[in-house]
Amino acid sequence: MAIDILMPALSPTMTEGILSKWLVKQGDEVRSGDVIAEIETDKATMEVEAIEDGVLAKIIVNEGTEGVAVNSVIAVLAEDGENISEVSDTPTDSNIKEDVKKDVSMPANDSKPASDDSALKNEIPATNQTPTDASSTTQASKSISDTNPQKDRVFATPLARRLAAQDGIDLAQVNGTGPHGRIIERDILAIIEWGDNVKSADRALSADTQKVPQQIGSSSEGRFVPHTAMRRTISSRLQFSKQTAPHFYLTVECSIDRLLENRAQLNEMAPEGVKISVNDMIIRASAMALQKRPDVNGWFEEDGCRYFDTADICMAVAIKGGLITPVIRSVEKLGLAELSQITKDLASRAREGKLKPEEYTGGGFTISNLGMFGIKEFAAVINPPQSAILAIGAGEQRAIVKDGELAVATMMNVTLSADHRIVDGALGAEWLQLFKGFVENPVTMLI
Amino acid sequence: MTDSQKFDLIVIGGGPGGYVGAIRASQLGQKVAVIEKENLGGVCLNWGCIPTKALLRAAELKNNISHLSEFGIEIEGGVNINLEKVVARSRQVAERLSGGVSHLMKKHKVTVIKGVAKINKKISGGWQIAVEGERKSTVEATNIMLATGARARQIPSMEADGDKIVTYRDAMVPKTMPKSLMVVGSGAIGIEFASFYNDMGVDVTIVEAMDRILNVEDREISDLAHKSFEKRGIKIHTSAMLEAITKSKNDVTATITIAGKQQKITSDRVIMAVGIIGNTENIGLEKIGVKTEKGHIVTNGFGATNVAGIFAIGDVTGPPWLAHKASHEAIICVEAMTNQSDVHPIAENSVPGCTYCRPQIASIGLTEDNAKAEGYEIKVGRFPLLANGKAIAMGEDEGLVKTIFCSKTGALLGAHLIGAEVTEMIQGYAIARTLETTEAELMHTIFPHPTISEAMHESVLDAFDRAIHF
Repeated sequence: MAIDILMPALSPTMTEGILSKWLVKQGDEVRSGDVIAEIETDKATMEVEAIEDGVLAKIIVNEGTEGVAVNSVIAVLAEDGENISEVSDTPTDSNIKEDVKKDVSMPANDSKPASDDSALKNEIPATNQTPTDASSTTQASKSISDTNPQKDRVFATPLARRLAAQDGIDLAQVNGTGPHGRIIERDILAIIEWGDNVKSADRALSADTQKVPQQIGSSSEGRFVPHTAMRRTISSRLQFSKQTAPHFYLTVECSIDRLLENRAQLNEMAPEGVKISVNDMIIRASAMALQKRPDVNGWFEEDGCRYFDTADICMAVAIKGGLITPVIRSVEKLGLAELSQITKDLASRAREGKLKPEEYTGGGFTISNLGMFGIKEFAAVINPPQSAILAIGAGEQRAIVKDGELAVATMMNVTLSADHRIVDGALGAEWLQLFKGFVENPVTMLI
Repeated sequence: MTDSQKFDLIVIGGGPGGYVGAIRASQLGQKVAVIEKENLGGVCLNWGCIPTKALLRAAELKNNISHLSEFGIEIEGGVNINLEKVVARSRQVAERLSGGVSHLMKKHKVTVIKGVAKINKKISGGWQIAVEGERKSTVEATNIMLATGARARQIPSMEADGDKIVTYRDAMVPKTMPKSLMVVGSGAIGIEFASFYNDMGVDVTIVEAMDRILNVEDREISDLAHKSFEKRGIKIHTSAMLEAITKSKNDVTATITIAGKQQKITSDRVIMAVGIIGNTENIGLEKIGVKTEKGHIVTNGFGATNVAGIFAIGDVTGPPWLAHKASHEAIICVEAMTNQSDVHPIAENSVPGCTYCRPQIASIGLTEDNAKAEGYEIKVGRFPLLANGKAIAMGEDEGLVKTIFCSKTGALLGAHLIGAEVTEMIQGYAIARTLETTEAELMHTIFPHPTISEAMHESVLDAFDRAIHF
């Protein structure tokens, strides 16, 4: 049966986007999970994955097309064994039955199209331009007016809005300290001055440690890029971490053949639209290990250590201009399918800059995965005030010795960076052993 | 003595800081007492803001009468001032309001203890305070909020005698009108008395050490006030150092030096208005180690002193010595003390100041000089009341509304007003600042016509070269 591939919504407020690139041609065979196209809005570029196996029968919207409405059909997929020519001739409009319509696997695809009201609002040109420099405000004021007033209204004073616009700060990422959480001038000035983007841990840092030392010697050569608020935050937090937390590193090799096998089985059984990733299973394994060794699940604070009962795990997500670490709360209580949906949603919203402050603050442990870049192993910088961070390398086939024989296995190196002030060597090693156990025998982590 | 009463909070001083803080604490469920040695309402209500407004109203009415013929109203016979009645009315107003505060204390279940308080010692879980009133007693509190206020600063060898050399307190209850009066100091207090006595027909001379009167105000406003006062016949000496005061049987002679030249000014009476000093003495601060500096208690933005459990707000903590600042600080202090959410120190430059002379002066935020000194690139708007319809109709077309904006952000950095009713208008800009409006929102606001407040709108427009009526 022919399957329509619909234009996905990158965000709840998105009404249309640009189909920037097709990564497959008409007639190509497509497997579930393959990236088939790239779409973009003014804020982000996202990949579209296929969720069914089949052959791309027809491309309806050509690449480079702007203003493609959300939920409009962009291509048609013929399922295995189906006659392509027949499919490609099928009218692909709204007369297609509802149950045949399938969306590509994108989060937030259940969002309703924006009301006429807000669509009209989007068309009103931004009026709050600076008296002196109109052009500099345009970009940011656009992103502000894009926000759905009903759902995602950001409360900010006019002055805060203007300051944010001038410095390219996304108000959605700012924690307001005015009445009823309103974003006021001082919140924006704090970000501009300290790059303090609201994380409560930042507040714990003293002003002195956050001060970035003046660069010694300057040059007019090269391309100078002023720091963004995010760059400042990254620099102050990681500098603080590396300078104050005595890091030590433990690396272990995990065999993941069984994990890959189990994952394939799980995905066969998984509900429609759910595709569990290796990363999801690593997060799950970490949560289980944290539950068994809760003394790794904590914060180092000045007067003591704070430990958490729930496994709130941050995952490092690379975004334009930096990275952010959204938190998945109480991972131990989540089934893999649910976990998978949450991580996907957080990651995609992180890339769109749509995370709420509470979605990237707190957490007792962080996972950073560079496996997809083919990195064999690396040591990550601890996300303060957390006790440790786990760096995941690429899974690859290696020659190993098993029962005295040379054998081939899929191996993955992971490195735990731990803060010695709160986690001692033996404790870190014990935790890593537990983690390795769950990864190598994934059935145990499902209990 | 044995059954010493215990409170969550004891406020020492029942002025506009103390009693307001006590009410707020009571609203938050605290068991509160206020210890007051004299009258509830403090200086503000009894010997400051309120009774002087009653006097200035009398002066304003008298001035209006002298302009009646311009409006086509003719009266026969002269105008007589019954000084005794003018002062008596001022006292009645103060008494009425002080009574009102007593009622508020009852309503909010705040215990009022009459007497002089002194912090005795730290006890487990709080402090013990000795009260000397009709009888001696002790009371205990978890926290103490000092709201003891301030008093007129005295210059050695020129101390007030309550007769020929007086401070604000005697100046507002004169038994006789002097023929001539010298006012030393041209802050709000000095200027208000100069304005009052001048309207009452007294020959007034102002002596100011700084290079201009009302030196906390914007220079342009100071200059306009200076011209206006001189036009009324007030003599003003600026950059004038007071060297000595000698009293004779009937008058007082002051020796002043201006630009190296000495001169003598003789007048019937001298009002000393040369500043304010905090009431930090005899409340036990030294014993428990509360830090003071230049006659004021040192506090953080939440009123906390260096000693845990001891808080201080209002005039005793330093300038600006304004009742509304004290009230607001008291509320912040009590809310911080009881761990309320959303408590922040008073925002810098957000305390409006008003002087009720004629013409009135009101301001908020940075002056033009200060804004420049702080490195802002600014846009300045000016709108004179002589182009405002309502002001002209009222016969009060003297004045100016000046606004200062940050060129880059459009933030309203300051507003400085002189003219009729400006003390009632400044709150508009105060709200604008609290809400952090930019020029855009002010421009979009519809000001009612015809009002003097339209000048506020026009001044904003003028800052961006968009004034309509000038």
